[in-house]
Amino acid sequence: MLRIVLAALAAVSLTSAPVLAQQGPLRIEITDGVIEPLPYALPGFVAETADAGKMAADITSVIAADLSGTGLFREIPQSAHIQRFASFETPVSYADWQAINAQALIVGGVAMSGGKVVVKFRLFDIYSGQQLGEGQQLAASAASWRRLAHKVADVIYSRITGESGYFDSRVVFVSESGPKNARAKRLALADYDGAGLQFLTDSSTIVFAPRFSPTGDKVIYTTYETGFPRIKLLDIANVRASLLPEVPGTMTFAPRFSPDGQWVVYSLEQGGNTDLYKMPVNGGAPVRLTNSPAIETAPSFSPDGARIVFESDRSGTQQLYIMPASGGEPTRISFGEGRYGTPVWSPRGDLVAFTKQHAGRFHIGVMRTDGSEERLLTSSFLDEGPTWSPNGRVIMFTRQSAGAEAVSNLYSVDISGRNLKKVDAVGQASDPAWSPLLP
Amino acid sequence: MNFAPKAVALCALLALAACNNPDKYGAGNGVVDPGGTYGDGGISQGSINDPNSPAYFNATIGDKVHFLVDQSTLTDEARTILSGQAQWLVGHPQYAAIIEGHADEQGTREYNLALGARRANSVQEYLISQGVAGSRLRTVSYGKERPLAVCSTESCFSQNRRAVTVISLGAGS
Repeated sequence: MLRIVLAALAAVSLTSAPVLAQQGPLRIEITDGVIEPLPYALPGFVAETADAGKMAADITSVIAADLSGTGLFREIPQSAHIQRFASFETPVSYADWQAINAQALIVGGVAMSGGKVVVKFRLFDIYSGQQLGEGQQLAASAASWRRLAHKVADVIYSRITGESGYFDSRVVFVSESGPKNARAKRLALADYDGAGLQFLTDSSTIVFAPRFSPTGDKVIYTTYETGFPRIKLLDIANVRASLLPEVPGTMTFAPRFSPDGQWVVYSLEQGGNTDLYKMPVNGGAPVRLTNSPAIETAPSFSPDGARIVFESDRSGTQQLYIMPASGGEPTRISFGEGRYGTPVWSPRGDLVAFTKQHAGRFHIGVMRTDGSEERLLTSSFLDEGPTWSPNGRVIMFTRQSAGAEAVSNLYSVDISGRNLKKVDAVGQASDPAWSPLLP
Repeated sequence: MNFAPKAVALCALLALAACNNPDKYGAGNGVVDPGGTYGDGGISQGSINDPNSPAYFNATIGDKVHFLVDQSTLTDEARTILSGQAQWLVGHPQYAAIIEGHADEQGTREYNLALGARRANSVQEYLISQGVAGSRLRTVSYGKERPLAVCSTESCFSQNRRAVTVISLGAGS
């Protein structure tokens, strides 16, 4: 099944005597200065029904992978724990957790009930000796257990960092196989951590650069199924897709949604020249946004929908520009050495991520929207195509190795430049696009 | 597992030139190729010794021209080859052509698609200037999706920065 039904996902206060939400010392301010990960303890969630043992263990391990995977948290191995929880209600012995230098403790329980998984958890601040925030209970169908675990981890991440999480999210991308000169490509979807891989198309034709709709239920991408690059819109729930209208004799590609989901901005090539256009998703006349003999492509809306950042080689090489969403005179924002492409506006609106090509290397970088404070986060033979995590803290991108046996994989990196890692579970892949947080 | 509806039997629906689905390589993966054949536009190639054969066009005249890094300007060598292509096409009006533009891997995907389109268009314009009717020509870009040579050095990159004129049977034939 392609659709994950998250039925009756309820966030319910558990505690009869709720602890005031407090801003205690248990807090990570995510800045470039954070280097030492916060040590946390996560005893295996207690199985509260006889049939919940495996589910409890699986959920615990996904929560740990989420938290530790950020690089901001470090799990204290369960073998070092002194206190054991026979029940979710067992009182916390703070001294036992202080003794092993835990700063945060997560205690949880899992029950199976009528085909549903019910998870409850509490987060404790060990040094101040109190619970952080209220306990919560979440329920979903058994098939959605990973989402439950991600949601628990999102709450914990959010309480400790003060920022929203990104674990309950998905990535749409291009799954790749076969030799370099006849690469087979198909659209695929997975959880942000690579679990739950599903294919959305077969590999009968080239596809690339998919993007989610703002609500995450549709994907827009470029396909060669007619023999020529065309834009197609796919509904994830039923995997039905339809081509957007085109002008005969042109190529259309690089589609992205506006933040309100009403427009698609894209590139149209005619007579060798590529410009930016936008068209209403539900039909209507295209609007031309640029009119130059240069290549204009890789557009990305600002989160407020007012502006579009894109790349153009009107200066002679690929550079980044920002224009009003209605078109009009663009302002160049990239001025460093090399070529700049694939700009993507951050969800917070303050940064633009990009691909930079310079001196035979490729980099993923970020800059402010006025072009200042450029920072390169990666360097390799070929890194390209950044996409933002829903909270704007992590960037995923494509890394391709060199040579005849080149492999292509998805990688992620913090915007601090730390915590570079491969998204291993999905195999060879390219062109990731991160969804919003799931509802 | 569900898949998006596959595009098969497109030939009946599409305009003539598109009938020869230029994504011949995509068809090499054991799946349906609406064009029916790989890379020959669905036509008999004939002998390279027969000046009227597509094989002669491909091998003796040369179906490919190459470009400098990030350029779509035709070199003198390219113009010589294209003049030969144009002469052949003028003399063989039963054929049409799809001009494929390609880029090397040293560029971002969507930019390279646009760059390949520029290259294909340069070839198309030159062929038209040499007397080939524009109605017989169509362009498509593959960007960096279909390299010919697979190493990651200039010796391969220079082969991949190319435009290929793919002959097919044209209207009324």
